[in-house]
Amino acid sequence: MNWPILSVVTFLPLVGALFIMLVRGSDRVANGTARWVALWATLVTFAISLVMVWRFDPSIAEFQFVERHEWLGFASYHMGVDGISLPFVILTTALMPICILASWTAIQVRVKEYMIAFLVLETLMIGTFSALDLVLFYLFFEGGLIPMFLIIGIWGGPRRVYASFKFFLYTLAGSVLMLLAIMAMYWESGTTDIVVLLHHGFPVGLQKWAWVAFFASFAVKMPMWPVHTWLPDAHVEAPTAGSVILAAILLKMGGYGFLRFSLPMFPSASHDFAPFVFALSVVAIVYTSLVALMQEDMKKLIAYSSVAHMGFVTMGIFAATSQGVSGAVFQMISHGIVSGALFLCVGVIYDRLHTREIAAYGGLVNRMPLYAFVFMLFTMANVGLPGTSGFVGEFLTLIGTFRINTGVAFLATLGIILSACYALWLYRKVVFGALTKPSLMSIKDIGLREAVIFVPLVVLTILLGVAPKPVLDVSSASVAQLIDGYNHAIGTKTAALTAEQAAR
Amino acid sequence: MNTITTLSSLQPILPEIVMAVGAMVLLMIGVIGGGKGTGVNLLSTLLLLAVAAFVYVFQPNQTQLFGGSFVVDEFARYLKLLALLSAAGTMLLSLDYLQTEHQQRFEYGPLVILSTLGMMVLISAADLIALYLGLELMSLALYVIAASNRNDVKSTEAGLKYFVLGALSSGMLLYGASLVYGFTGTISFAGIAKAAGAGGIGLIFGLVFLFVGFCFKISAVPFHMWTPDVYEGAPTPVTTFFASAVKAASIAMFVRATIVAFPAITHEWQQIVVFVSILSMALGSFAAIGQRNLKRLMAYSSIGHMGFALVGLAAGTAEGIQGVLIYMAIYIAMTLGAFAIILSMRRDGKLVESIADLSGLARTHPTQAFFFGALLFSLAGIPPLAGFFAKFYVFLAAIHAGLYILAVLGVLTSVVGAYYYLAIVKVMYFDDPRPAFAPMPYSVRLVLAIAGLINLLFFAYPAPLIGAATAAAKSLF
Repeated sequence: MNWPILSVVTFLPLVGALFIMLVRGSDRVANGTARWVALWATLVTFAISLVMVWRFDPSIAEFQFVERHEWLGFASYHMGVDGISLPFVILTTALMPICILASWTAIQVRVKEYMIAFLVLETLMIGTFSALDLVLFYLFFEGGLIPMFLIIGIWGGPRRVYASFKFFLYTLAGSVLMLLAIMAMYWESGTTDIVVLLHHGFPVGLQKWAWVAFFASFAVKMPMWPVHTWLPDAHVEAPTAGSVILAAILLKMGGYGFLRFSLPMFPSASHDFAPFVFALSVVAIVYTSLVALMQEDMKKLIAYSSVAHMGFVTMGIFAATSQGVSGAVFQMISHGIVSGALFLCVGVIYDRLHTREIAAYGGLVNRMPLYAFVFMLFTMANVGLPGTSGFVGEFLTLIGTFRINTGVAFLATLGIILSACYALWLYRKVVFGALTKPSLMSIKDIGLREAVIFVPLVVLTILLGVAPKPVLDVSSASVAQLIDGYNHAIGTKTAALTAEQAAR
Repeated sequence: MNTITTLSSLQPILPEIVMAVGAMVLLMIGVIGGGKGTGVNLLSTLLLLAVAAFVYVFQPNQTQLFGGSFVVDEFARYLKLLALLSAAGTMLLSLDYLQTEHQQRFEYGPLVILSTLGMMVLISAADLIALYLGLELMSLALYVIAASNRNDVKSTEAGLKYFVLGALSSGMLLYGASLVYGFTGTISFAGIAKAAGAGGIGLIFGLVFLFVGFCFKISAVPFHMWTPDVYEGAPTPVTTFFASAVKAASIAMFVRATIVAFPAITHEWQQIVVFVSILSMALGSFAAIGQRNLKRLMAYSSIGHMGFALVGLAAGTAEGIQGVLIYMAIYIAMTLGAFAIILSMRRDGKLVESIADLSGLARTHPTQAFFFGALLFSLAGIPPLAGFFAKFYVFLAAIHAGLYILAVLGVLTSVVGAYYYLAIVKVMYFDDPRPAFAPMPYSVRLVLAIAGLINLLFFAYPAPLIGAATAAAKSLF
């Protein structure tokens, strides 16, 4: 059987979106249909993506499910996944039905447009992770800005316009430089095919500039300190499902980009710039954790904690050891689940009280025991408690970095302590204490729909914490190849330098 | 040299002949019919479409006529098709407008045809005299239709302004042409290219004056001042014509004259083009931010877009020209679509033009808002819409030519430009609705649908346009 499974997974949500576009009828009927179509489209996409997992051979480091068609002449429609991109594809397809469910009652106006925006976004996100051509990648990568801009701007909070513009322009400004670097790479190598470029070996001078250009794009997307300021705004103003997608998937595009482009294509520049990235990562981990401590808005707090956690990812990636990189991949997947779940937790109480002020809550455990349990679990995972998925990723990135730079690892560990401070503080303020506020007296515990949303996330968080092997196994071959290539490139460079010195 | 031109050898300029004869016949029909001119304008539209179809179907070999002053090649065919299609699109947008605004006159259609004929001559011109002939034929008709709304002060002002400044720039261009002739002793582009090998300061002076004329016509900074006023004052369909067909023809003249006649002093003119391009991109982006009137905004937007198109010319290579050609085709599709929207903003029987009038369009007219939204993202150059590919090809060429600073400044100004396009999307999608507009006329719907679909679906099947542009660009080198 040889059908283009990857294209089907990528474009099925788009088909769903077109279908919703054609839905006619009274508002109530059309809204209902739109919701169900979106749910089914995402569920079927998820099911097909599971078939991909089943047919994926983790022992091969090369790309699988490869498809290739003529497209622009020099650039082709080239798709495929390897052990690094597959987990992200699955993360995307798995979280989408959850996002649709989470918006089931929260979104009441312009439901059709909302569902269309989400489905289009899903296509673009899956495309980003599976594109094997630079131009195609850029197309998906940047295209995602449009639906996200609309999601924040139409269904967002009071400062939605400011947040959506900031999000759009920040990311666009970062990315256009990457586009120029892509062009320069094309003229240097004569192709935009990622598979070829991975083994091309760019001259050192170009590597440096291209690395900086790609870094500008991915660092904004990630986001790294000091270009992270769009994130808290976007997170706070976006509707719950929008925040989930932002935190869980859009941020991972930055990390994925580092793994797919910066490290393997510009190894020498990555090596040279690693201290710089370490510095930014440590600042991100420590500084944004401290900032998170001061927040009064729940979503903002989680947004800052995302920046801190992404600091571990960049640190792990540029440590360029197999533990560091696998840890970074794992941390991104884990953070996708955990931060997504935390935003959903905020969404649950936001739907009831329509405020995200931490001070407006307190003592929820008395009326919402189930909720308190779920929230606690994800808080612990966010802190990185052993037994949850958060621990594995942070631990691996720290080990990986420790071998390269002990000081950085030491400072980053401080971040774990700080993350415990703000996460537990948030949990205590919201859930524990006496139930005194009159507005909370009649609050209801999570219902069936919300339970359906949380169960898979809870299971995954614990499962990946106890048995992280499946995810690590899927990516191990590709990561090993990546590290080998990197070390080889650095090795030849150092050898060349030594030879030069010896010759003098 | 055989100076007697036989009838059969005129076949390559059959489209031009049909246009010229057609315009005169239509004028006579108008005079004899004596009516309001509805029929004549409809027939003009059909004539333009028919000639466009003819140009598309018949692919002549590369030929020269009239002692080499008129060439027919792939480059000319590509741009003539663009000019004809945008003229036809303009006419489609005009039909209903002229009717409802009570400006139905039979001269309108023939004037558009004559202006388009001027463009076709301009596009094919291979010496300075033919270039000037085409340019003046195009411009004279434009001066008249810019002022065609005789009872409106703004329209007459626009016509007069355009005429005075246009005449000035024509004079500059003519002066430049005379200098070039004086220093090279020939008016044919090929001859100039041969004689220009020696360079010389006089030739460069001539080139600069030529460029002044070119820049005026494509409204590139610093010769852009007339654009916002004329765009705002002229009747909206005429503005569409200015922004689409005129730009295609003027860019064609700019490119052909520069590439064919001055390859020997590429380094010199490259500096000017880079400078003009950066200024246009920057001004187009920054000055548009404060605009409240959509037509003025489109004026600044077109200034910016010409800057981007010039990036391709600055590269001075076949890739660069290919980029310019792709850019113009996509730019015209975007412009026609955007003006179709502006022409559909009719509330209480009057056309409104301010951005605020679009408020909440996504709820009152979801389809219109969707298409306009797509066009705006496309104008901003966001993938996967067509506008992205337009920018992609010009910058690709610029990077290859080593114009890194130009490319970096260009993409950064495109981010600034994205801001004001987004601001319109914001008004349409985020703000509260205002009373609905009158239903869109069918001819306008047709233009919007075609332009919108080209923008949305270009990425799925880009091969035909890119192939045509490649062939057209090659024919110049």
